[in-house]
Amino acid sequence: MNRPGPVKPAPVSLYARREPVFNKRIDGRFRRLKWAVMALCLAVYWITPWIRWNRGPYAPDQAVLVDLAHRRFYMFGIEIWPHEFYFVAGLLIMAGIGLFLVTSAVGRAWCGYACPQTVWTDLFQHVDRLIDGDRNARLRLYKAPWTGAKIARRLLKWAIYLVISFATGGAWIFYFADAPTLQHAFWTGSAAPVAYATVGVLTATTFVLGGFMREQVCIYMCPWPRIQTAMLDEKSLTVTYKDWRGEPRASLKKALARPGSCGDCVDCNQCVAVCPTGIDIRQGPQVGCITCGLCIDACDRVMREVGRPRGLIDYATLEDAEREKAGQPPSRHLKLIWRPRTIVYFTVWAGIGLALLFLLGTRVHTGLTVAKDRNPSYILLSDGSVRNAYTLRLRNMEGRPRRMTISIEGLPGARMWSDDMARVAAAPRLVREVPADETRVLRLYVVAPATSAAQEFRFHVQAEAQAREQAAAPAQFDSPGGAS
Amino acid sequence: MADRKIDEATQTETVGHEWDGIEELNTPLPRWWLWTFYATIVFALGYVIAYPALPGISHASEGLLGWSSRKQLGGELQAAEEARAGMRAQIAATPLEQLPAKPALMRAAVAGGAAAFKVNCVQCHGAGAAGSKGFPNLNDDDWLWGGDLRTIEQTLIHGIRQPGDDQTRMSQMPNFGSDALLTPAQIQDVASYVLVLGRKEHPGASSGRGKDVFATNCAVCHGTDGKGSRQFGAPNLTDAIWLDGSSRDEVVAQISHPHMGVMPAWGTRLDPVTIKMLAAYVHSLGGGEAFAAPEQPQDP
Ligand code: SF4
Ligand code: SF4
Repeated sequence: MNRPGPVKPAPVSLYARREPVFNKRIDGRFRRLKWAVMALCLAVYWITPWIRWNRGPYAPDQAVLVDLAHRRFYMFGIEIWPHEFYFVAGLLIMAGIGLFLVTSAVGRAWCGYACPQTVWTDLFQHVDRLIDGDRNARLRLYKAPWTGAKIARRLLKWAIYLVISFATGGAWIFYFADAPTLQHAFWTGSAAPVAYATVGVLTATTFVLGGFMREQVCIYMCPWPRIQTAMLDEKSLTVTYKDWRGEPRASLKKALARPGSCGDCVDCNQCVAVCPTGIDIRQGPQVGCITCGLCIDACDRVMREVGRPRGLIDYATLEDAEREKAGQPPSRHLKLIWRPRTIVYFTVWAGIGLALLFLLGTRVHTGLTVAKDRNPSYILLSDGSVRNAYTLRLRNMEGRPRRMTISIEGLPGARMWSDDMARVAAAPRLVREVPADETRVLRLYVVAPATSAAQEFRFHVQAEAQAREQAAAPAQFDSPGGAS
Repeated sequence: MADRKIDEATQTETVGHEWDGIEELNTPLPRWWLWTFYATIVFALGYVIAYPALPGISHASEGLLGWSSRKQLGGELQAAEEARAGMRAQIAATPLEQLPAKPALMRAAVAGGAAAFKVNCVQCHGAGAAGSKGFPNLNDDDWLWGGDLRTIEQTLIHGIRQPGDDQTRMSQMPNFGSDALLTPAQIQDVASYVLVLGRKEHPGASSGRGKDVFATNCAVCHGTDGKGSRQFGAPNLTDAIWLDGSSRDEVVAQISHPHMGVMPAWGTRLDPVTIKMLAAYVHSLGGGEAFAAPEQPQDP
């Protein structure tokens, strides 16, 4: 199509200055929901590392702790070891499917309510309102010349930004070390340099991303909206301006003058004024919309004031929008959410969750891995018997030292000794203490009579007085009769 | 651009291309994006000046900071060396036979010894220290000169049959065949006897005759019972381990014109701590005997 269009003067520059957003204060059901979600998210973020959890003398008393140095992850009663990383992988898969589920049911609700960028941007916008006043006052101040008063206000505001940013960046490190200890070390200057660097970087990013870049992160930097937009279908709830009801828009005065010829939108621009990303939802769905629903609150209030039914802007599905356009009544939201696609997602999501819970409940806190010496693969001893060497790793995943019995299954006449004992004391079974929450590495020599042929056998460990706590690992025994 | 087009719906200029009826809007980039872009260019320029970057015919530019990967590696090696110094000093200060009582120190010594072994010893004893024909296996429990920590260290320092070292392990097996000390028949007989000692053959007439030959010619070093002697590094002939092969031909060859291993005196090439660590490593391979040698009566 090469239709000649109206010619507009070329843009002055290829690069545009950001249009600042001065979103207006609004109250309503979605605003209240947003408050609640924000309070919950911030509380979880800031309080979690301070929850104590008694794990006895051998493990940290912090309920949620990512102990990178010792490669442990503690979460209340659960302790994850590196080889159990599949739990984390499972949670990530659940998060992915959960995103499908949420997006297909309620659109980009993550963006509008729970995304950290949204939560902190919202927080900073409240700081703006607190210091500079609501929309109009802020607009005026923005255009005003740089007087002392303006500079003072700006500095005050940025100082508050900085305090919030520091609290945000600072809280992160408490997830990686004992919080009270680290807090003390941090203020006395004796914490690890990486702690200060982390706090510095996260303070800076929070300050810049939350305080200044705001909606630009959502529009230009974040890949999420693109992905989520691709996951929406005609049955997903999104914020929709019902143009079939609102258009042609006209001011209240005009509408009263010409009854019947105008739509419900009174062109008050309230929906634009409250939008935290500064867009006009009446232009249709767009990438800048984070489906926060604030414009719904704004328009509902206007509709109430002018005595028209609420919901000119509302959460609606594309399909339902078509129905409504055709004059049929809207469907119930619950029915929109509960449909085959969401049910399938939910089933898969819940299935993985149950499987993880099952694994968590039945897992054993004793582990064993065996590595065989391959060079040499066997040694002939002077009495003609054959010796093989193995490196055993005994894992004690409990917060107390435990004694474990190592034995050999399926290698008749075999005896063993380890590098911490004399060869003459070789025995068919050994008992070793494994420290709390640790892996004990043991070099083990297994000697079998001269007649032994190369064969498979098993090492077995059994924790003392705990019938269920056992583990086994296969191993190969090589001999001059045939090394394999 | 002469044919500038404006999109009707958005009143935005298009870039002027069209793909299957789809046109692209010319939407300005945000300014912070632009400044970030400029900043990366400035950074790149600074980087090129500060670090080696520009290729020349034979060298790249050196960069103002004088950084090079070789220098960095050198620094890291030195740092590693310094980090090890403490442990080495501790090992140096600890008598060899007390190392096993200090597990952390012993582990460090074994690890250091394993590294030194890979550099100096694998050529003869093999990467896994399993040796080969003529080169002793260090994993087993059979020792020619002794397998406690002190004796191993001694062997390492002075070597085996090392000319010029008056404390080297020295022994000589006569060339019974090539020097015509025994007749070929006697050699066959004594070989039979040795194979019986090692439970490779059943006793017979030949081994019966060989027993006498052994008693007069071999028992001096290998003992009347053939169990060998560590004083002379004479192998135990009754065990299952055969340094130079267990076939009749190999045994006959060894009697006729013996092969005798030579090992360098590492005391002149390696520092005492490395030798200590090597001793710990060899001892740890599974065949190590009591940690220290029983007190030897000193020579007058
Ligand atoms: S258009 Fe409405 S729902 Fe979308 S971001 Fe703006 S206020 Fe939120
Ligand atoms: S708030 Fe409602 S009435 Fe006002 S401009 Fe927006 S859509 Fe129209």
